[in-house]
Amino acid sequence: MIASLSDPMAPSPFRVQRVRKETYDTFTLELDPPHSRDGFSFAPGQFNMVYVSGVGEVPISISGDPGTPETLVHTVRSVGTVTQKMCARGRGSVLGVRGPFGSSWPVEEAAGSDVVIVCGGIGLAPLRPALYYVMANREKYGRVVLLYGARTPEDLLYKTELPKWRGHFDLQVEVTVDAATNGWRGSVGVVTTLIPPARFDPESTVAMVCGPEVMMRFTLLELERRGVPAENTFVSMERNMKCAVGFCGHCQFGPTFICRDGPVFRYDQIQPYFATREI
Amino acid sequence: MRKLSQGELAVLERDQLQWLVQALGNRDYRVVGPTVRDRAIVYDDVASLADLPVGWTDEQDGGTYRLRKRADEALFGYANGPTAGKKFLHPSVARLWRAKTGGNGFQIEEGPEGSSKLAFIGVRPCDLQAIAVQDKVFLDGKYSDPIYKARRGDNFIVAVNCGQAGGTCFCVSMETGPKATSGFDLALTEVLEAERHYFVVEVGTKLGGEVLDQVPHKAASAEEKGVAESIVAKTARQMGRTMDTKGIKELLYRNYENPRWEDVAKRCLTCGNCTLVCPTCFCTTVEDVTDLAGEHVERWRKLDSCFTMDFSYIHGGSVRSSTRARYRQWMTHKLATWIDQFGPSGCVGCGRCITWCPVAIDITEEASAIRQSEKSKQKGA
Amino acid sequence: MAAESLERILGEHPFFGGMQEPYLQLFVDCASNVRFNAGDMIFREGEEANTFYLIRHGRVGLETSAPERGSVIIATLSEGEVLGWSWMVPPYRWRFDARAMEVVRAIALDGRCLRGRSEEDHDLGYELMKRCAQVMEQRLQAARLQLLDVYGSGVRSKR
Repeated sequence: MIASLSDPMAPSPFRVQRVRKETYDTFTLELDPPHSRDGFSFAPGQFNMVYVSGVGEVPISISGDPGTPETLVHTVRSVGTVTQKMCARGRGSVLGVRGPFGSSWPVEEAAGSDVVIVCGGIGLAPLRPALYYVMANREKYGRVVLLYGARTPEDLLYKTELPKWRGHFDLQVEVTVDAATNGWRGSVGVVTTLIPPARFDPESTVAMVCGPEVMMRFTLLELERRGVPAENTFVSMERNMKCAVGFCGHCQFGPTFICRDGPVFRYDQIQPYFATREI
Repeated sequence: MRKLSQGELAVLERDQLQWLVQALGNRDYRVVGPTVRDRAIVYDDVASLADLPVGWTDEQDGGTYRLRKRADEALFGYANGPTAGKKFLHPSVARLWRAKTGGNGFQIEEGPEGSSKLAFIGVRPCDLQAIAVQDKVFLDGKYSDPIYKARRGDNFIVAVNCGQAGGTCFCVSMETGPKATSGFDLALTEVLEAERHYFVVEVGTKLGGEVLDQVPHKAASAEEKGVAESIVAKTARQMGRTMDTKGIKELLYRNYENPRWEDVAKRCLTCGNCTLVCPTCFCTTVEDVTDLAGEHVERWRKLDSCFTMDFSYIHGGSVRSSTRARYRQWMTHKLATWIDQFGPSGCVGCGRCITWCPVAIDITEEASAIRQSEKSKQKGA
Repeated sequence: MAAESLERILGEHPFFGGMQEPYLQLFVDCASNVRFNAGDMIFREGEEANTFYLIRHGRVGLETSAPERGSVIIATLSEGEVLGWSWMVPPYRWRFDARAMEVVRAIALDGRCLRGRSEEDHDLGYELMKRCAQVMEQRLQAARLQLLDVYGSGVRSKR
């Protein structure tokens, strides 16, 4: 736990050990905790506030393996001033980290059930730790399915890992793109089209969904159509965040604070707010 | 006279109140209270009774605030001013930390400020409740806010029960006044009679009793207690506004799509005045700054408002871009979701948002309109 | 493959689920097994749409060709999905090319025959139209989500 209870707004310095380019605008950063002996423990689905000295701070989901806390991994999309600097500074630079914050995917509670992970775009990043956990404890789960959609083949994350996951005999991995480019031999179509044929038992499944809100809304409808109850479906929400500790008020979503009641929510508990425009 | 304990009542003559101010100063408190400045009642440092709004009252209504001279010399003869405790406990600008950057990244040299002793003279019961509400926000959760904690840690609060209701007050509806019931060290009720000007003082805490002990006072007689009670009762009957709070949380949860929101959106300027004057509004933003060389960096916190376009900005757009959504967010938070988040309501009935809204939007009227619209729908109207 | 197997396969397929017996037999009579090699064109844009397919194995790409872009795959369909609904709706012409991206095995159904029968027997027509409507609905919703381009960031380099 890096966020000090006495001063939750003070970050700790983490050095960037490695930068991997995932797509033209998305990078995976591997960071060294300052006290490497302890590592950085977190639960899948949690996020950190990551600070670029003198520029600003943004919430980023942790995208690494909770089983290897020696390295802190973040997959960052370079979309604004802070993230652009974060990705550009490179190996050896120092970032400030506060966290981990927020709720986590129900990977322990899902034991005994099938697990269906549906994600779109960068939504795979906060779900990758859950997949790592499940694969590390594979015998506890029934069927495990990963359904992943991206805009084009170039926009797929973790391009070397995806085929490795696909190679597991006990993991169903389906990948699709919205728009194909020349040479793509895989599925073309939105990620929701992967749900009807996926191999899982809706009555005994825990579904975890993450991606743009519109994609999540369509996905939840398809899961419902297949008979997965809302109490067994989990989503990860996102809002503007300044403090991550429930004081700045920015991340409110109905009566919840996404920084502390989320970002992972059980769908039935936020269903009314999910359907409300501009809430 | 023996030291008084919690619940007991004493009497201070008008001039003796000065001793109270001095006693607090002697204990190294920074003493703040109401003063007149810029044609409004503004809380600021107070050294003597002459600094208080002697002989002033206020006229408040939707979008209206005027100070008027009273016929008498009451010290607390007004309702409230635009700000109160929030100004001192939850400052509008505060530095969170200061750091030096170098080869090893950055090193925090100084964190948030430490504790300070703060004494408030003249806190209205509604504002007392507002402080209690902000205590829940900043001190009751998993994390506590170090700045609020430092400023709140060593407070001395002298509450003042209300001798007249303001034009926009509705503390009776919100059950927060006009009499202070808890959260104070001492509570005063001002009594102005033809021949006499005095205060009935209720002791709220052991510390309150100790400080009162250093001020010349007498035990309150039954008659004096009765006078104080009738003043407060009279105030309770004068409220400028009312709010029906029965089931209000569920009412607003049911009405996210009520057409009334479009109606208020036509009037609301999203200026954010309501959030500035509201004693419970707490939203802030964070700003990271650096010197030109990038060698020294600081993080600052500033008050923010959910009415700004920036407030809900993600991924190239704001989640709440329409006025309708932003007004709905503020009012639904204040009256409904706040209760699920923190326990009490976020509204204390002080009426400031009504007074200081440039277009006189009235939260009690909006709540009533939404409630009425449900009744009309049921009747098939 | 024996007719009984075709009947079982059709009966189990969601598209024919709930279909009454006499109709199911009609479909069996109109059905046949087909196979396409990788790269084969199943149908072309502009051709008369007379046959539709239940894909049993393999992936089919729906394509169109644009002068500056060449061949573009707009969607893929695979196992269990219905290929083609233009046979049911005038002007009964395919809007896209369908190409087998790998070996494809499917059951082909004589849409023209079913169309004719539907004109005579409106109950049959209603059953078929209901099911086609469902396929169209799914494709339309998916197409709309695709159009929204939800993963786009707004700041894109020229592709």
